[in-house]
Parts: sequence; C-alpha cells; structure tokens
Amino acid sequence: MLNAVKQSWLTFRSIFTGMGVTIRHFFGPSVTLQYPEEKMELPAGARARLYVNIDDCIGCNLCARACPVNCIDIETVLATQDVDLGKTSTGNPKRFWLTRFDIDMAKCMYCDLCVYPCPTNCIYMVPEYEYSEFDRSNLVYHFSNLEPEMVAEVKEKAEQEAEQKKREREEMMRKKAEEKAKKELEEKKKADEETPKNEKENRGE
Amino acid sequence: MTEYASNIHPMAAILIHAAIPLTIILVYALVAIWGERKIAGFIQDRLGPMRVGGWHGWAQSIADLLKLIQKEDIIPTNASRFLFKFAPFMMFAASYAAFAVIPFSSAYIGSMINIGVFYLLAITSILTLSVIMAGWASNNKWSLLGGMRSAAQMVSYEVPTIATVLTVVLVAGSLNLMTVTEMQAGNDTLGFLPNWLIFQNPFLIVAFIIFFISILAESHRVPFDLPESESELVGGYQTEYSGMRWAMFMLAEYADMLLLSLLGATLFFGGWNSPFGDFMSGPVWGFFWFMLKGLLLVFVMMWIRWTLPRYRVDQLMHICWNILIPLSFINLVLTALWEVIF
Repeated sequence: MLNAVKQSWLTFRSIFTGMGVTIRHFFGPSVTLQYPEEKMELPAGARARLYVNIDDCIGCNLCARACPVNCIDIETVLATQDVDLGKTSTGNPKRFWLTRFDIDMAKCMYCDLCVYPCPTNCIYMVPEYEYSEFDRSNLVYHFSNLEPEMVAEVKEKAEQEAEQKKREREEMMRKKAEEKAKKELEEKKKADEETPKNEKENRGE
Repeated sequence: MTEYASNIHPMAAILIHAAIPLTIILVYALVAIWGERKIAGFIQDRLGPMRVGGWHGWAQSIADLLKLIQKEDIIPTNASRFLFKFAPFMMFAASYAAFAVIPFSSAYIGSMINIGVFYLLAITSILTLSVIMAGWASNNKWSLLGGMRSAAQMVSYEVPTIATVLTVVLVAGSLNLMTVTEMQAGNDTLGFLPNWLIFQNPFLIVAFIIFFISILAESHRVPFDLPESESELVGGYQTEYSGMRWAMFMLAEYADMLLLSLLGATLFFGGWNSPFGDFMSGPVWGFFWFMLKGLLLVFVMMWIRWTLPRYRVDQLMHICWNILIPLSFINLVLTALWEVIF
C-alpha cells in the first residue's frame, strides 16, 4: 500500500516535471527563421556561388586547370598589336581577349580550388545562395562581357594577324635560309682558298 | 432562448437546436486544429503554421479542409462498403448528439432532460461501436487492431468515468447538468472560493484526477492514443480512410475532446458560473466562462500530448483495471460517507 502511494507520487512528480519543461518551452523563444523574410547570417568565407571579376582576368587558364570537375570553360584570343587591353587592378598587363568564360554551377562542387591559383584574385566565392533554376542549362554562368559581333571581329583580326605573322615568319625563314645557303656557298669558296680565315669568319657571326 | 425556440414552429426549433452546437463544434474544430499545431510548435521551439491567411497562419485549418474536400474518396475493394462509408458519420453523430444535454449558458441547453449525464455517457458509447465498425469494415489488419484496441480501451475506461461522474451526481443530487451547474453558483466556499464542486470536498479532487485521466483515454488522446497510434498501427482504424471521411473522424475526435472537457467543466468547475460570483455573469458571459473552462481543459490535454510518450496496451489496461477502477469506487464510497457525516 505504502509502496503504491510512493509509486503514484513518483509518477505524478515525473509527469509534472515533464509538463513544467514543456510549458517553459511553450513560452520560450522559437528558433525558427521565417526564411524569405529573415535570413541567417552566413559565416565568413561561406562558399555559395562562384563569381568572376572579368575586368581583372588575364585569361591565364589556371583556374580552369585547377578545377577537379572541369566546370570552368575559358576561350581566349590573343589581342592584336593595334589594341591595348590595359592592366588589371593588380597591375598585370592583359594580353588576351576573353571570348568565353563560362562556369557551370550545376557541376561546381564548391571546393574553392580555383580561387587560390588566380594571380589577380579575380575569381572568388560570393555569399549568394538563392539561384535555383528550373532548367539546368540556366546554371551555366557566362562571365565574358564581349558581344558576339565583337568576339567574331576580334577572332577575325587575331586570325589575320596570326596569318600575317606566319607569312612574315615564313618570309624571314626563307630569307634566313637563302642567306644561309649563300654563306655556305661563300664559305665553300673560301674554304677552298684558305682554312684558318674561314674559321675566323664563322666565329664573327 | 430555449423557451423562445419552443414557442415558434417546432421544425424551426429543431433546426435552431441542431445548428447551435454544430456551429460551436465546427468553429471549435477549426480553431483547435490550428491551435494544436501552434501549441505543438511552441512546445518544440518552432512557430507552427505561419503562412496561410496572414496573421500566424490562422486560416491553416480552412486550407486543410479545402484540400481534404478535393481528395479522392478511396474505398478498398474488399471493404464492407456500407459499414465503411457509414462509420465516420456515425462516430460524429454520437459525439454531436451528446452535446444536446450540455448547458452552454444559463439561457441555453439543447434538451432539458432529467437524466442528462446518463444520456451523455450512453450515447458516447456508440463511439466505440463506430470505431470497431470502421476497423472491421476496412478489412485491414492495422485497422482491425486499432479497432479492437479502441473497443477494449473505451469499454474499460468508461467504468472509472462513470464511477467518478457518479461521485459528482452523489454530491449534486441530480443527473441534469443544468441543475448541477445551478447548484454551483455563488462564492461561499471558505469565504472566497467559488462554490464549484471541486472545492467542496477533498474526494472530488481525486475524482477529478481520475476523471481527467479517463477522458484522455476515452477521447484517444496521448498518452492513451493506442487506437490510432501512427508509429505502430499506421493510423489504426483510420488507415484506409481518405478525404472527407477521414476528416469526419478527425472532427469527431475533436468534438469528443471538447464534449468531455465541457462535461468536466460542468461537473467540477461550475459550468457557466463566473468565478467572480455576480461579477461578469449573465447568459453571454456564462457562455464565455463555460467555453473558457472547457478550452483550458482542452489546452491541458494538448499540453499533455506534447509531453508524455504513449503507453503500452498492457500498461493501459493495468492502469485502468488495477488502479483507476478500485480507486474510483473507494472514492465513491468515501464521498458517500463524507456526505452522510457533514
């Protein structure tokens, strides 16, 4: 009998202790954040989305090579002699037109490995995380700021210049080859006359 | 109001008497379902529904209701079609019919019969029948298990409920709930307390505790929600139901909760009597106090739901047959002695 009373007392005490805990939480603060209206402060260095400051990019391709999942796709065109692309904010001269700089955020795994090799610190993570899309292709971000016509023009110019340079080089090679042939002919003649003189001339060149 | 209703055409009187408790039940169900979710949220340090309708998601239950109306009414192939369709409505009808003898205010009671409490306890027994009906007709093992558990539980817990109600009837000397309430008017107990029955007699406090535990079991609330325990029985007798039929079960459950809380408020806490004597009393204030007392008990039921885990079937039966029933009968005898002596 006494035991039964004691047991009942313990039961009721534990029930009321539990109810005390729940009522404290009932009046206590809530931990819920009303998401679209209230947002959690992201921790420093949060990796949420890649961003490229295209004005600072020198087109060195280091980030694309560092990427483990190949989500960065860069196409560069060498700038022609008549244009000066200027310098980056870090003082590096820019030598390439960036005709394509695409990052596929659907592939990106937020490893941050592309950020460290960048010599001008122009690729980095930004704390922007609300960028879901209905179509996966919309997750490919195009960072190049060149218009398609501009790209075509730049490519054409670069090709022409490359062609011209190639021709010049060929011309030069041919001249060199001719000169060389001439010299060899002369050398042969001289070698026939006297050997020591010939050696001296060779060293002079 | 009752006199006014009976003076006009009998059909109109019937409609009025039918509509008033129904309106109260429906409005209460919408508020209580929303309230239960809010209470659950707050206790778990969440916010609960916040979006629908603007202010703290007040329209959540209405949105849920609209969703339920659109749902397909699925009847299993091997179910007993008539019983399956009929069970939810019978369940709601049982709890709804019991509201006829609840005195909502000094001016309104559905039916002023002399055997009010007896009628109420008798008609709520039909709930057991409808739960078994639903469980059996579903032709599903979980439903059947839930129905059987429910039958055992409700039949068992009716005994302590009736014994404690009998204790009150013994003190009050009437089965009519209106008379019981009128008896509790005034503020004379120990000079300041209201004349509510719970303050009249120490044994009635024990009776109230037993009564409260029993109504938790009768209305299938945690920690005695074995008939519909989601985690073990998938939902018990509700497993095969969908759409509006399932909503009827939920409505009946909430109506049952309110009914038993209001019964508790009437029997132990003075019904529609104001706690301040003549201050703030009158038919409208009476309704306010009555609903406030009932809803406070409902709140305690919800509070317990989010505090305690569920009992096992054998523990449930042990509590009922080994503890509550002997205790309630001893209590009844002691109350009778108290009444004879004082």
